[in-house]
Amino acid sequence: MSATTSDQDLFAGPGEEPAEGTVYTAMGGDWDDIVTEQHDRGDERIVVNMGPQHPSTHGVLRLILELDGETVTELRSSIGHLHTGIEKNTEYRTWTQAVAFITRADYVMPLHNELAYVLSVEKLLEIEDQITERTKIIRVMMAEWMRIASHLVALGTGGMELGATTIMTVAFREREKIMDVFETITGLRMNHAYIRPGGVANDLPDNGIQMLKDTLKSIKKQMPELSKLANANPIVKSRLVGVGYLDLTACMALGVTGPLLRAAGYDYDLRKALPYSGYEDYEFDVPVRDEGDSYARFRNRVDEMWESVRIIDQCVARLEQTQGQRVMIDDPKIAWPAQLSIGSDGQGNSNEHLKHIMGQSMESLIHHFKLVTEGFRVPPGQAYVPTESAKGELGAHVVSDGGTKPFRVHLRDPSFHQLQALPALCEGGMIADVVVNIATIDPVLGGVDR
Amino acid sequence: MTSSTPGGTNPPNPSESDRSAANDANAQQPGKDAQETKEKVPSTPPDATPQGGPEERADLEPTPTGPGSAQGPEILAVRDGMFGVKGTPDTSGYGRLRRVIEFPGPSQRPYGGWYDAAIDRIAALMPNAGQVITRVVIDRGDLTLHVAREHLLALVKILRDDAQLRFEFFSGVSGVHYPTDTGRELHAVYHLGSMTHNRRLRLEVSAPDSDPHIPSVVSVYPGADWHERETFDMFGLIFDGHPHLTRILMPDDWPGHPQRKDYPLGGIDVEYKGARIPSPENRRSYN
Repeated sequence: MSATTSDQDLFAGPGEEPAEGTVYTAMGGDWDDIVTEQHDRGDERIVVNMGPQHPSTHGVLRLILELDGETVTELRSSIGHLHTGIEKNTEYRTWTQAVAFITRADYVMPLHNELAYVLSVEKLLEIEDQITERTKIIRVMMAEWMRIASHLVALGTGGMELGATTIMTVAFREREKIMDVFETITGLRMNHAYIRPGGVANDLPDNGIQMLKDTLKSIKKQMPELSKLANANPIVKSRLVGVGYLDLTACMALGVTGPLLRAAGYDYDLRKALPYSGYEDYEFDVPVRDEGDSYARFRNRVDEMWESVRIIDQCVARLEQTQGQRVMIDDPKIAWPAQLSIGSDGQGNSNEHLKHIMGQSMESLIHHFKLVTEGFRVPPGQAYVPTESAKGELGAHVVSDGGTKPFRVHLRDPSFHQLQALPALCEGGMIADVVVNIATIDPVLGGVDR
Repeated sequence: MTSSTPGGTNPPNPSESDRSAANDANAQQPGKDAQETKEKVPSTPPDATPQGGPEERADLEPTPTGPGSAQGPEILAVRDGMFGVKGTPDTSGYGRLRRVIEFPGPSQRPYGGWYDAAIDRIAALMPNAGQVITRVVIDRGDLTLHVAREHLLALVKILRDDAQLRFEFFSGVSGVHYPTDTGRELHAVYHLGSMTHNRRLRLEVSAPDSDPHIPSVVSVYPGADWHERETFDMFGLIFDGHPHLTRILMPDDWPGHPQRKDYPLGGIDVEYKGARIPSPENRRSYN
């Protein structure tokens, strides 16, 4: 037993003050021995370090828990373990290249990151009126698919963290269909760099509408299994009902948005409050519940997915009507010069375009080269367009100094903001519920740390 | 966000005659799509500042900026040439190109929409509103209040608590480092929201590099906690009164503040099939 406990702090750095009390290391040993030894000490206060690689933490999140028996008395989160310098990197890339970085922030909802950034850039360029109808429809449709996919991850991993692997397999089975949609349209399952300043990278492929209809049909048929499995499941309910309670007052004080706020009784949704990309033209409801616990958030996320399905239904009808419209702004000084196409090896320049610039028009080649290497200039100023992402308010504060590269990009990530609410959810509760509370906030550390 | 934009506050668009002139100048623009549609599209992005863009402007003498000195557009920098060449003779042919970087300047009344009423309300509640709000900028339909840092905390309290203002939602604070903005290099930009009135507001507070202190708003908006820690971590802005201002994304013992403009990006050159590709910060840049 002496191998697992000692009065020396194994984790203290050279010259650092050792931590108070006994340090336990998770090296096995006989549990009874630990209990006896701890009992002799008569000290119930334990500080536990959870993470930064705990499988239930949606990434590399580290929690420092102070326990009294099995009750969490204090919780502090330590973040930054996945900091990749996305914001700094964008300052050395063109406005269009920056999308490829931004998309990697919250990797469970890459298209929402892209949309938030691109809307801010378009506001700076003052080209919002020139974005074509079809572009907006595709953006809305992709954002709603993304919302379903992100919620499915939230619910699926949340179920897995409770030990309910069937919830996970059902959720990921449905998500896989959406990943196929993304792959068909953008060429990639994740990190698409699909939504770009001025439009989207490419139009739907020829079989696009049919594929969308098939996927919708399949989702409508099979996604209810998730609700059937979990809604009235006594084990799920006993783990979620009344756990992680955050009422409306706390939500407002902490600035919590998204599914957490709506499960606390406020139907605030930026798609309704400050519509963007033409959301005002779609019919959908904002699901709201007022219990403010993990179960309400679970049910609300499921309801939101069905509202997204409703929006996608409308998008598909509109996409059929707008076939042939451009999906990129009609301003050659901004628009990406190449129409991209999806080949067997992913996204690429269309052969037509290559033939044109390489064999027919020198000027087109120069134009292509200038726009792709130098990029376009954005007039000086700053913009912030809030959007409703799957997890809450997501916006990019974008500053331009009139150059071809962003002067500053800051992502207001909802996971980053809402992880601040974790102590409010956990303190005073059981240690077993900490994992539930993380799952119910649904943070993705790629977005938190950026 | 057109729906949040009150009518009449949009910046002027290029007039029709500007558009046709721009199209003539752009007659050599390649690409068949461009030829088909150039009738209705301005060739340059519509610009908030009427004379912005990469033009030669020898007539305009740059004036040094200081706190509250700018009345017209705020001149941030003047740049020469095309590729940032300094010291050596510029053989690019762009040597005489001169660009003035102008940020949107202060707006005049009427501001339009709810902006006038909100600013009047602040003035009614704060007798010294003239010193609190140093500049009102409406750009691209968004309201930005430049706030003197010593009055920030009093202002946000009023913004949150007054029923007619009620900016109860704190969206975040983001730092921006303007090395050329002498005397106010570090800016903290706050985004507030009013869910009650469905409004958005931006506050901008600046501090000199030599004295990077700004009061913390955590006592008013608890959600500002991590945002201020991140801004401290990345820019070195010290938020006075923050309960626990430590680094949040970088390791505790990290030297420097990575998102300041004087902090290098780093990166190493990459060799690929015999060619050396410089790291991103060492590549040729178009200024």
